[in-house]
Amino acid sequence: MAYPPAARSSPPRQPSVKVILASADVQRVVDRIAHQILEKTQGAAETVLLGIPTRGAPLARRLAARISTFEDVAVPVGVLDITLYRDDLRRHATRAVGPTELPPGGIDGKRVILVDDVLFSGRTVRAALDALNDVGRPASVQLAVLVDRGHRELPIRADYVGKNIPTSLAESVKVTLAETDGTDEVKLYGGTTS
Amino acid sequence: MIRHLLSGADLDADTATEILDTAAEMATVAGREIKKLPALRGRTVVNLFYEDSTRTRISFEAAAKRLSADVINFSAKGSSVTKGESLKDTALTLQAMGADAVVVRHPASGAPHRLANWVDGSVVNAGDGTHEHPTQALLDAYTMRARLGRLAGLSVAVVGDVLHSRVARSNVLLLSTLGAKVTLVGPPTLIPVDITAALAPGTDVSYDLDSVLPNADVVMMLRVQRERMNDSYFPSAREYARRYGLDGPRMRRLPEHAIVMHPGPMNRGMEITPEVADSPRSTIVEQVTNGVSVRMAVLYLLLGGNNR
Repeated sequence: MAYPPAARSSPPRQPSVKVILASADVQRVVDRIAHQILEKTQGAAETVLLGIPTRGAPLARRLAARISTFEDVAVPVGVLDITLYRDDLRRHATRAVGPTELPPGGIDGKRVILVDDVLFSGRTVRAALDALNDVGRPASVQLAVLVDRGHRELPIRADYVGKNIPTSLAESVKVTLAETDGTDEVKLYGGTTS
Repeated sequence: MIRHLLSGADLDADTATEILDTAAEMATVAGREIKKLPALRGRTVVNLFYEDSTRTRISFEAAAKRLSADVINFSAKGSSVTKGESLKDTALTLQAMGADAVVVRHPASGAPHRLANWVDGSVVNAGDGTHEHPTQALLDAYTMRARLGRLAGLSVAVVGDVLHSRVARSNVLLLSTLGAKVTLVGPPTLIPVDITAALAPGTDVSYDLDSVLPNADVVMMLRVQRERMNDSYFPSAREYARRYGLDGPRMRRLPEHAIVMHPGPMNRGMEITPEVADSPRSTIVEQVTNGVSVRMAVLYLLLGGNNR
């Protein structure tokens, strides 16, 4: 798809929606991240995947499933809720706390890979690192994201990126997954395209 | 979200369930090496206790500290209250010190309601006179749900001095909101006339403990306060224990799954025998543990966000 709206922009500020990844693309991207994890971690030994709710959790489960298909290793999967560690708790009405589920073997001494859908300001990941600190002491921590849309506000980077999407701050990126929303898709909602 | 927690009636079914669900997450913190969450960092919680209490005050203190709040304990003994300071002036002092929440226990029914009009922060009723004790009802509901898997449809017998019991009142309100069926049991002198109509219309009253036991999923024994024993509400402590005390033979008349609760402190041998209190059916120790999780959930939901 080219860039239709901005060039021809006759009615100003028409909300534009662009599909960045369709369902099959999402699956390919997840497969690639699974391969990269296997490659970078020598076969995912001593590795734990922790998904950050909401959509990081099903992504982590998918990655583990793909990894076990490719190499026949069972990677423990968990969920790390970061609500109580957010730096913007006081700016909103009280947020509901979600479950944190660590795999039975725990995370002490393991290589933990945090999994989330979109990497944006980096504040969610900072909160996740704080939360991790309270639940155990991993040997190392890595970060896998489906989409990196830039605009970091903290010195944080991802180790595995499904898709880099250059965005403006006026735009928003929306990831939907079959488990949570019915379909796999990554969409870019435009402000005014630059 | 609500701003104060003053009564069991402040909570609708959704809010109460949210508190219980949040408490379940808070409970996982107790199993960790680092029992601390940063959610209330920089907030100040004042424990304002005009009545002696160990477990409730310590429970609130532990809950606030686990959420990283700063805790100021204020007990009426050894404070300006003994010099004659009024509740309002004390409240304004706390206000000036920047208390974000005031946890109050007071011998006068309704004191927390008055306090809520004087301070900007949230007020949590930790027991007022013979009126209400909503966090106790929440922890009781949490314990029932944890042991029996549900609250809707449960048959709960609340046994003893209902007249003077704030635990009973809050439990009746909360449990009926959550769909449990409450039966109040005790001597006629200790059950207020028309209490069910006033509190929750679906509630039953019985003066015969033995007839209630075979159908109860939960038996909640209330403490008989020593000072009541000489007030001629019942002929003698022994007679009370014979008719309304829970002993081994009575416990065996309960269904297999039924649990026995007590808000503490117990009078062993009066309303409950040691055999029952120490049996596997008894949840008395769990109630204390769950109290911290439930109070963490309440403090988080009141103070965690920008709810002003």
